Amino acid sequence: MTLGETEAQAGPVQVRGTVLTVRRVDAYYAMTLVAPAVAARFRPGQFVTLAVGGPDTSMLLSRAFSIHDVRPDHGGTVEFVFAVHGRGTQWLAERRARDVLDVTGPLGRPFPLPRDPASCLLVGGGYGSAPLFALAGKLRDRGCKVDFLLGAASGDRVFGALTARRTGRTATITTEDGSLGSRGMVTDMLDQVIHEARTDVIYACGPMPMLRQITALAGRYDIPVQAAVEEAMACGIGVCMTCVLPVIGSDGITRMSRSCVDGPVFRGEQVRWDDVGTIPFDAFGAPGWEPRSRRAAQAQAANGSSESERGKSGLSQARPVKPGHGGRGSGGNLGKQNHGS
Amino acid sequence: MAVDLRAKLGHIELPNPIMTASGCAGAGRELAQFMDVSKIGAIVTKSVMLGPRSGRPTPRMAETPSGMLNSIGLQGPGIDAFLQRDLPWLLSRGARAVVSIAGGTVAEFADLAGRLSDAAGVTAIEVNISCPNVEHRGQVFACDPDASAAVIEAVRSRARYDIPVFAKLSPDVTDIVAIAKSCVKAGADGLSMINTLLGMVIDTDTMRPHLAGLTGGLSGPAIRPIAVRCIWQVREALPNVPIIGMGGVRTGLNALELILAGASMVSVGTTIFHDPSACMRILRELEEELTTRGVDRLADVVGLAHESRVATGRPVSPHAAVRRK
Repeated sequence: MTLGETEAQAGPVQVRGTVLTVRRVDAYYAMTLVAPAVAARFRPGQFVTLAVGGPDTSMLLSRAFSIHDVRPDHGGTVEFVFAVHGRGTQWLAERRARDVLDVTGPLGRPFPLPRDPASCLLVGGGYGSAPLFALAGKLRDRGCKVDFLLGAASGDRVFGALTARRTGRTATITTEDGSLGSRGMVTDMLDQVIHEARTDVIYACGPMPMLRQITALAGRYDIPVQAAVEEAMACGIGVCMTCVLPVIGSDGITRMSRSCVDGPVFRGEQVRWDDVGTIPFDAFGAPGWEPRSRRAAQAQAANGSSESERGKSGLSQARPVKPGHGGRGSGGNLGKQNHGS
Repeated sequence: MAVDLRAKLGHIELPNPIMTASGCAGAGRELAQFMDVSKIGAIVTKSVMLGPRSGRPTPRMAETPSGMLNSIGLQGPGIDAFLQRDLPWLLSRGARAVVSIAGGTVAEFADLAGRLSDAAGVTAIEVNISCPNVEHRGQVFACDPDASAAVIEAVRSRARYDIPVFAKLSPDVTDIVAIAKSCVKAGADGLSMINTLLGMVIDTDTMRPHLAGLTGGLSGPAIRPIAVRCIWQVREALPNVPIIGMGGVRTGLNALELILAGASMVSVGTTIFHDPSACMRILRELEEELTTRGVDRLADVVGLAHESRVATGRPVSPHAAVRRK
């Protein structure tokens, strides 16, 4: 894997975007905004933030959504998918053509692309699949084979099943109620799909528990995973420090990294999934932390990736696990806020 | 004619009164993607501590009506990284750096002031004695006049003489004027108010506190009237002490309200989270509001609300509209 052109990335812009369409797509909404400067800079895996509620809104935090697609029409449009979770997303769903929104993007680290043609498995939970289709296009341009594995609670919550079937070499669908594809979760089918597709690399986006299981399973076969995480964000640009999770750096040191600027795409094995929602005792700057020797840091790196049963605090376990979505929400909405989102 | 927006931060003159609020703009780098950081009065950095700090577990944030709770817990890489990376960057962009410092002990605050004084280019120090996201309420120095004074005295004695020291106060006290007086007596060149208020949200689905850290600091327009009240009270008691006002400023009009209450400078915080270039917009709006009101000098309206009880329009109170030449 290589980061490709990631280093040469043009920065995000804050612009006024004009709503072109808002439409229902099964259980979700898809909004298309005319925002040429955002579209021109977009690379798959990146997201936008939107201010919601108008100038006198009581909702102060921006909402983050991964970009589903960009198109050249009207100078450049950006499309994203969302579910109505609260007042903020309800307000968005009520927007109409020609309404103007304050939009910032594209934000975050995109999916890195393989240097050589590879067999790529794209795994999405719920509308976490939204950013995977633009990625699929880029991968195919590079001669990669693209397989899809999409799942959700029910058939109407599998975003893009038809597109996946039409454009993927293979497309495997799972639903928890069995209303579409096979009954179960994406992780139930992962083993089988990896073997049949001879997968070289996995790209995944969806709820944290799904990403954790995919990383663990892929690790057994030594398959790299690029996982787009969803953490609650307030700003999306790297200043608020709310969206952090423990990530092991190339120096072997765990840092509380911001999913908005250091992510949302992380290498799966670098995220300490079992410690998400906690401050690991050996994290950079944790209570009692002190600089260690290089050797100690390296030993720690080895521990960090293999030791999976590190305890979570009671508090983090009290976080909501919404049934029917396979985890905390249904993916895609990177800034899913538990309050008024 | 353009309004004279120059503002005084202690003895230092700033081109205009709009600044970022500590903790809402990192060290300026992220915002520079959306605005020219040298165009606003100053960048007030996220509080810097001596060592690296991981902060509190997630969830760290909850949206509340016209506000938000945060429970970050002062995450940051520490003073070494700040001096090596962030301060030089700010200076290279032509920005004025007001460095917020936080510590667990008086000695830590003093050490930080010393380190910053050795580095060139620090415009002012804002002493964060009021972060609510610490393990013990007893660590919130700004809740106690003596503890506040001890920190400010130590910082003032270690900071270079020409770097103004501002004490950042908490509104979560019975008598903010007593704390303010104590800080000024200990050598503070000015006061910043207000920090966030301690708040809490319970998730009615999980029936548990929403924040991993249980409590968090409330910010946003929800607290603006409290900021106005605190600034008013302190200005009334200490008319000659410069105040950096902050608390729920979303528009130029909001900034003007804090200025009328007595703030010479205004910091913009939570609004940045949904509008990364908010500081520039608020600066533009403030200038428009002043023009509309026929005001040609910002300094003329600082604390002006205090004399509105007098109908003559002429400053009769000694602490009204102090003119600075």
